[in-house]
Amino acid sequence: MLGLLTHYPLLTALTALLCLGMVFGALLGFASVKFRTEGNPLAEQINTLLPQTQCGQCGHPGCRPYAQSIADGGAINKCPPGGQETIDALANLLDIESQPLDAEHGVEKESRVAFIREDECIGCTKCIQACPVDAILGAAKLMHTVIADECTGCDLCVEPCPVDCIDMVVRKAGIAHWSWPMPASPEHTNIIATDKEAA
Amino acid sequence: MLSDYALLLVGAVLVNNFVLVQFLGLCPFMGVSNKLETAMGMSAATTFVLTLASVCSYLTYNYLLEPLGLTYLRTISFILVIAVVVQFTEIVVRKSSPLLHRVLGVYLPLITTNCAVLGVALLNINKAHSFTQSLFYGFGAALGFSLVLVLFAAMRERLTVADVPEPFQGAAIGMITAGLASLAFMGFSGLV
Repeated sequence: MLGLLTHYPLLTALTALLCLGMVFGALLGFASVKFRTEGNPLAEQINTLLPQTQCGQCGHPGCRPYAQSIADGGAINKCPPGGQETIDALANLLDIESQPLDAEHGVEKESRVAFIREDECIGCTKCIQACPVDAILGAAKLMHTVIADECTGCDLCVEPCPVDCIDMVVRKAGIAHWSWPMPASPEHTNIIATDKEAA
Repeated sequence: MLSDYALLLVGAVLVNNFVLVQFLGLCPFMGVSNKLETAMGMSAATTFVLTLASVCSYLTYNYLLEPLGLTYLRTISFILVIAVVVQFTEIVVRKSSPLLHRVLGVYLPLITTNCAVLGVALLNINKAHSFTQSLFYGFGAALGFSLVLVLFAAMRERLTVADVPEPFQGAAIGMITAGLASLAFMGFSGLV
């Protein structure tokens, strides 16, 4: 074998390249097993940006399926609870242009929380079944109440209530939620001094 | 000894900058410099690949090709080495940073054809660099590439809002800016 290789330099070259290729192939094979990706990590990142109201206003059964559809290239402007802020964050993450909220799926409202007028509650448990995040406490024929911190303000419990005792009230801005109001932005932001002169 | 490596590094970054002085790797230089963030991602990926490829091709040349007298196979072997390093990087990046993987998109596999990578590998052989010298030379070349790419991306971001005459808008002003930047880098010649 060795004699053959020394007699035919071409064979040496071929063998060397073949060995090189085999070593590299083994390395890549090992890497692809070692660094295997489960599912779609991008959908996970998108999901963390969504408001997790699970309200279904985007037409998907929850935030996770919506995140999956965005990861597959779907529109990013279908989430009214998240509002413009979420759309901007998504656009930034995906490195695409931001766009206004699609009015077809609802309009952006202030953050709300469900409130059950407890005197009127008959204990039917229908709102408990409707709540996507299990934020309503109570049992059959007993009064229900909303855990305000868990409530995402998705409105889904209002419709099923037979006695209409659920109100959506505006969430009061506490110290934890209050933020300085944004200044009104001018039409065009002037970045370069010469632009200001032209305007 | 240490100053030798410092000189090698400065030489590769500034004096013999791969993009603006030796005109290697112009495709990603023009292609990925539209946005600063993308340019930084591309720089990071290229730095990793370039350094690793420089070292790997040195090892391949000195421990496989030269003992067997197959130095004429260096170009094809280096291409093989670079392709593997890029593929390996892609697998790792896909796992560790899916966003970067998405942002880099087609450019990550395109590092394979970034001639700066092959250029560094071949120049290492031509200049008879040692192992550490190859490492520093590859790293320096990558740093120079990153520096120029990030600088240029920052300039292009400003150019998009500047009042450019109509015939020069878009790629044209980019080319002119690249030419001016190249002239500026010529000023470094004779530094080392």
